[in-house]
Amino acid sequence: MSTTVIEQHKTTSALSATGLRVSTVTGAEILHGISFTLQPGRILALVGESGSGKTTAGLACMGHFRQGLELTGGSVTLNGGEQGNLLELPEHQLRTLRGGEISYVPQDPALSLNPAMRIGEQILETLRVHHFGDATAERLERVAEVLAEVGLDNSRSYQRRYPHQLSGGQQQRVGIAMAFACRPAVMVLDEPTTGLDVTTQAVVLETIDQLAERHQVAGLYITHDLAVVATVADEVAVMLAGDIVEHGSTDQVLFSPSHPYTRRLLRAVPDLAGKRRVGEVEAITGEHPLVVPGPLGIPDTTTATPRADDAKLLPATVAVREQESAPLLQVRGLALSYGGHKVLNGIDFELMEGESIMLLGESGSGKTTLSRCMAGLNDNYTGAVELSGAELATGTRKRSAGDRRRIQYVFQSPFSSLNPRRTIAESVGVPLQMAGVGNRRDRRAKVLEALDQVRLGGSYMDRRPGELSGGERQRAAIARALVNAPSLLVCDEITSALDVSVQASILDLLRTLQSETGMSMLFVTHNIALARHISQRLAVLQKGRIVDLGTTEDVLTNPQHGYTQELLANVPTF
Amino acid sequence: MSIAEAPLETVGKVKRPPRLFARMMRQRQAQLGLALTVLVLAVALLGPLLLPWITGFTSTEFTGRPFKPVGMFGTDNLGRDVLSRFLDGGLRLIVYAALATLLGMAAGVAVGMTAAYSAGRLDGLIMRGNDVLLALPQLVFALLAITVLGPKGWVLVVVIGITHAPRIARVTRSATASVITEDYIRASEMYAVPKWKILVTEVLPNITGPLMVELGLRMTYSIGFVASLSFLGLGMQPPTADWGLMINENRIALVVQPWGVILPVLAIAVLTVGTNLLTDSLARASANLNAGNQP
Repeated sequence: MSTTVIEQHKTTSALSATGLRVSTVTGAEILHGISFTLQPGRILALVGESGSGKTTAGLACMGHFRQGLELTGGSVTLNGGEQGNLLELPEHQLRTLRGGEISYVPQDPALSLNPAMRIGEQILETLRVHHFGDATAERLERVAEVLAEVGLDNSRSYQRRYPHQLSGGQQQRVGIAMAFACRPAVMVLDEPTTGLDVTTQAVVLETIDQLAERHQVAGLYITHDLAVVATVADEVAVMLAGDIVEHGSTDQVLFSPSHPYTRRLLRAVPDLAGKRRVGEVEAITGEHPLVVPGPLGIPDTTTATPRADDAKLLPATVAVREQESAPLLQVRGLALSYGGHKVLNGIDFELMEGESIMLLGESGSGKTTLSRCMAGLNDNYTGAVELSGAELATGTRKRSAGDRRRIQYVFQSPFSSLNPRRTIAESVGVPLQMAGVGNRRDRRAKVLEALDQVRLGGSYMDRRPGELSGGERQRAAIARALVNAPSLLVCDEITSALDVSVQASILDLLRTLQSETGMSMLFVTHNIALARHISQRLAVLQKGRIVDLGTTEDVLTNPQHGYTQELLANVPTF
Repeated sequence: MSIAEAPLETVGKVKRPPRLFARMMRQRQAQLGLALTVLVLAVALLGPLLLPWITGFTSTEFTGRPFKPVGMFGTDNLGRDVLSRFLDGGLRLIVYAALATLLGMAAGVAVGMTAAYSAGRLDGLIMRGNDVLLALPQLVFALLAITVLGPKGWVLVVVIGITHAPRIARVTRSATASVITEDYIRASEMYAVPKWKILVTEVLPNITGPLMVELGLRMTYSIGFVASLSFLGLGMQPPTADWGLMINENRIALVVQPWGVILPVLAIAVLTVGTNLLTDSLARASANLNAGNQP
């Protein structure tokens, strides 16, 4: 440790990038000359939305440019510049630096680890390539050491595991161990916790933090998640379209941002406390009235004068429930298992008309399975799903056209849910076609209406998904669900693939739509911070069981189950 | 829509990569391949129309004694004009090859998509049946069928088409398997779109890349098969003019009067090389967005 302290005084910067310019081979500039400095033991977070150039900047630090990109200016120096400009080094010298002096942790550990190699062997390989130590025995020692450093079991049997025998968090820690094996001076971490659950994320973040501090590694942490930044970073640089628009200490940037973009970005981040207003429409909870449907399930727009039920004064919801003889949707004893593995283990809940309920669960909790059972995509469940008191058939093909119309499901990834070879109008028109609207002109009119509802408009009719951004695609997917005027919209993690600002606008849209159409909504997510922004009630799902169910306020302030308490404790906030 | 989304909109409009065919045609070898293919196709398609006028003879007319250097390329084994027979002999070969390829594609694609989409037992059944067909060498199967059914045009087309089908089915099945996991397929299922319609409107447009490659490849093979079967005497029957048949008829006098062999061999070779170059560049273009970019 003593040597590192001296080093810290001697070298002011571990890596410094100046005036980095990167453009595509066709000439469009991606990075417009950005500069930053990494200091030993400190973590700089590079924050930005997708397409802002943050990963390009991170890779440029290692002298790597993705296919189709080229460097047009700037320099990167390591450790005060003994080796000169890293970007001018020949390829073979760069290769020894990468993984040795400067290492990279990619986003998805499941993709970056070799599934056919034992984890110990993979770490050993890195050491061998970089001639770390003199003998295999020494390297093996280092493997065990580095596994301990990232907080994993370093026994022989553990090293002989394959990546698929580890959980996502453990895999990512193995990825970090590989990057850290040769004792690099700089680590570039590219969204290392994006795919992880909050509980796992908390552990990984702690590991990174400790490594940086204890071993005086400089970290470049690329992320879009501002809440994570607050936990892990010392400094923050905010990127917008290839420029760093704001750079400063974490506290300064997060709590007194000076650039309007930073402020906008921060406003878009949902917070658990619900103090911030995400988007322009009021959050559903609290101020938002429960939509009171008129007779026959059609929202009575004439008398829709705000029945300002404050969700904090709970009896309002209860009162509505008493008025209604039957809820819109009732799920009773829903269970599903694959072989001996029980994915859903007896789910019971009900959903009132015009109500929005959030289904919260981590990956593997069965939340997607549950929502797909309701939508009829999984037909092998047992138990009952009742819509307005009538039990639904299990699969969509067995349900009547009317039942299919009333429950609509929006998929998680807008990049996969729209056929890339069909126009938006064609994709959105499919439900109409299947509901028997045979006339092409009628269909187009209704599609246009739905696209207007999601604020896309007619110009999108004849475009293909490839020409749309993620947010626009998700709007188109929502339009497909809305085109038949459903009574229940099931949203399965629909914002998890999107940037925070886009997420905010989608939440905005959903809240507006709900108050406009009076439909009920089941909002499935892993992000507990959204709770106060979208739902009146909150159901927490763990291992196929609902462990907590109540009004959002109740569950968040007074969680009954240990799991909910743990979740709430691990949410990164700022 | 919030203002914060504005920067994203511009990112979405970054110049999109050129389409598949544009990427293909940007490659040098594709241009060469296209030129070669078009050359041979022009000879084969226009040849029969030009016939008596340009050479003075029809393809079956006797002009003199065998293997004599009469006319531009001499006479063949029965004393017919080689050039006339060459001009007349390509059309059938190409039409038969094209029909066989199309038949094979239609059957193979239908079977492959059905297998991948149905999964489970039906998939196993179809693909194992496929394996049985694959175990028979293509040419041997064709020989067998033609010996039994006689050397008729439709038999040729059907037999070659059928022997192609299992190979095409394999490619189609794997291409389909990667598409059917996408959510848009599940979305269609959710709206209870009939299964055949899902295959035709959702799956098929998304697997055209690999299918086009397969089409080109099978076309090349078909040309080879039709020519070989004619050479063996099981394809086109005399006195019909045909490139494969010409090679067989004239090979005995290769030293005395080589043109009767060289012309058809050259045409078949150039056509095969041309279509192969095209297929290759198409495969490269469908696998790589940057294909054909100058380094």
